Amino acid sequence: MAATSTSDPPAPTRRQKKKAKASANEASGAWYPRWYWPSFTVPGIVWLALLFLLPFFTVLSVAFGTVDPIFRQPLPVYQPWWWSFATFNETLSKFYAGDAIYQGPLIRTFAYVFAASFICLVVGYAVAYYAARYAGKYRVLVLILLISPFWISYLMRIYAWQSLLQPDGYVNDILTGLHIVGEPVNWLAGKHITVILGLVYGYIPFMILPLFGSLDRINQSMLEAGRDLGGSPFETFRRVTLPLSRPAILAGLVIVSLPMFGDYYTNNLLGTTQTSMFGNLIDNAVTQAGRGPEAGSLVIILMIIVIVPMLYYLHETKRAAAAR
Amino acid sequence: MSEMGATAGTAAEATKRQSWFKNPWRKPYFLEGVTVLYLLWSLVPVVIAVIFSFNGGRSRSAWQGFSLRWWTADPFDSLFHNPSLRQAMIQTFKLSSVASVVAVVLGTLFAIGIDRWHGRPARGANFTMLLSFVVPEIILGVSLFLLFTQLLKNTVTLGTGAQWLGLIAFQISYPVIIVRARLLTIGPEYEEAAMDLGATPTQAIRKALLPLLFPAILASFAVTFADTVDDFVTVRYLSGKADSEPLSVKIYGAARASPTPAVNAAATVMLIATLLVIVVGYLIYRRISRGTGDSDVGSFAQL
Repeated sequence: MAATSTSDPPAPTRRQKKKAKASANEASGAWYPRWYWPSFTVPGIVWLALLFLLPFFTVLSVAFGTVDPIFRQPLPVYQPWWWSFATFNETLSKFYAGDAIYQGPLIRTFAYVFAASFICLVVGYAVAYYAARYAGKYRVLVLILLISPFWISYLMRIYAWQSLLQPDGYVNDILTGLHIVGEPVNWLAGKHITVILGLVYGYIPFMILPLFGSLDRINQSMLEAGRDLGGSPFETFRRVTLPLSRPAILAGLVIVSLPMFGDYYTNNLLGTTQTSMFGNLIDNAVTQAGRGPEAGSLVIILMIIVIVPMLYYLHETKRAAAAR
Repeated sequence: MSEMGATAGTAAEATKRQSWFKNPWRKPYFLEGVTVLYLLWSLVPVVIAVIFSFNGGRSRSAWQGFSLRWWTADPFDSLFHNPSLRQAMIQTFKLSSVASVVAVVLGTLFAIGIDRWHGRPARGANFTMLLSFVVPEIILGVSLFLLFTQLLKNTVTLGTGAQWLGLIAFQISYPVIIVRARLLTIGPEYEEAAMDLGATPTQAIRKALLPLLFPAILASFAVTFADTVDDFVTVRYLSGKADSEPLSVKIYGAARASPTPAVNAAATVMLIATLLVIVVGYLIYRRISRGTGDSDVGSFAQL
């Protein structure tokens, strides 16, 4: 093996050598057999093909298949040329035609995701801004505290709020104690605000970290330049800080809203059917017998809804990685 | 006259207020307040939930005195005596340990390969990997459920095996992202040096690259372990009989029915397990990367 590297063309200059190495690395042919690097990825690719792509094909086959009329079992159709779109169209029509029983959940999903993402952005920006610029000697502590929700189970965090919001829970104790409300409020009886705040509580850490990373990288001298050129603090923020953090804002909005679109557990713990979302439709369809094709159809519809933000996020991360 | 004096007074006050507002070095009281309130809001509920695992009564919302009833004392309902909760604890550790080790091995290999392999198939594989990172978990969970109950119903049965397969598929992207970020900072020079000194490519990877990657591998193990302990969407759809439900699924089920503080105790165990792995991981990480300039909490957290 060593022989190949010593029998290289004679004594090039250092720069040439470096260049040659770079191109050799690019082509990955001079130093390594062609199959060498691809072979590292084979287990991962096989895993993803079998357990990420194949499942999605199964969803299509189930959604565009039929149901056994007697046993209420889904009968998937694995040949795309025999796919039937009857169930899919029927599911789709539940969003707009007739009683439109799925319209409520769909509208609520968009409204909740929109409201919750917006609150996440406003609160998250303030917190990230403070942590990145003013935390001073408490910086490490603040950072640990900001990250710690990641290490606490999502379920536990929502469960904790479910306990606090009980009719005899501490939230009502405080509110009645301060005479803000006369009677204890039943927060868990399908209130929009409870579910929205639950979503904010659950996903805001995902917003804060990219914002912190971006605000932390802004060069202090840029802000000073903005001030020196006569900008007010607000003006400097609007014309320097905000544009510089725009990629992080968009990435943060996508990364908090994607899981919210598929969320059903926050709702199931903090709300009722009055506050059900798209995720609840899927979860209900999956767990009931005979509704397999409908569950598959709903998964496809959700995928269509989230594919654009997903691709946008992947595109942006790629661009950011290339710029670095 | 007096009227004019009053106007002058308010004007002066206004200028003073304005100059205070304009002072760029004033303390950012508002932001500080928001941050402190946010941190309290985000962490106090969890602390209260932990405290309530020591509640004396059945309630998880009204304090009825301290006891270890829900941890050990109660012969049937406590966490360490209730057979279903004990089984769930075992299942959680079984799932997380295996899934995180396999995900880290597969993910690390994938990251090394994809970092050096250029070409159309590599881009496709990388894209699929990143897609699995951002896809909402319910989509993957339901897809896997349909895969194992329809297409592969005679090959894989729902339960521990299916949960392992699904968890690894969902988690594999974390080590890939973390290890690749590290690979970018290392560069190819160390391996090249090793090969100039006569190492085969495989020896160069084993003896030069892997030790350099170790902190990243360790961090991805901590992250995936913590994440698999907390995961419940994928695991819930893929659990077969009740004995394959881990703690997270039990907590979800109980929270929707009538939970006792034993659920708080179960959640606390998950919390301790996760924090333990993270803290141990961080300590080892700090030991290894001492002197390389990235041994602070921030760089570990941002991995």
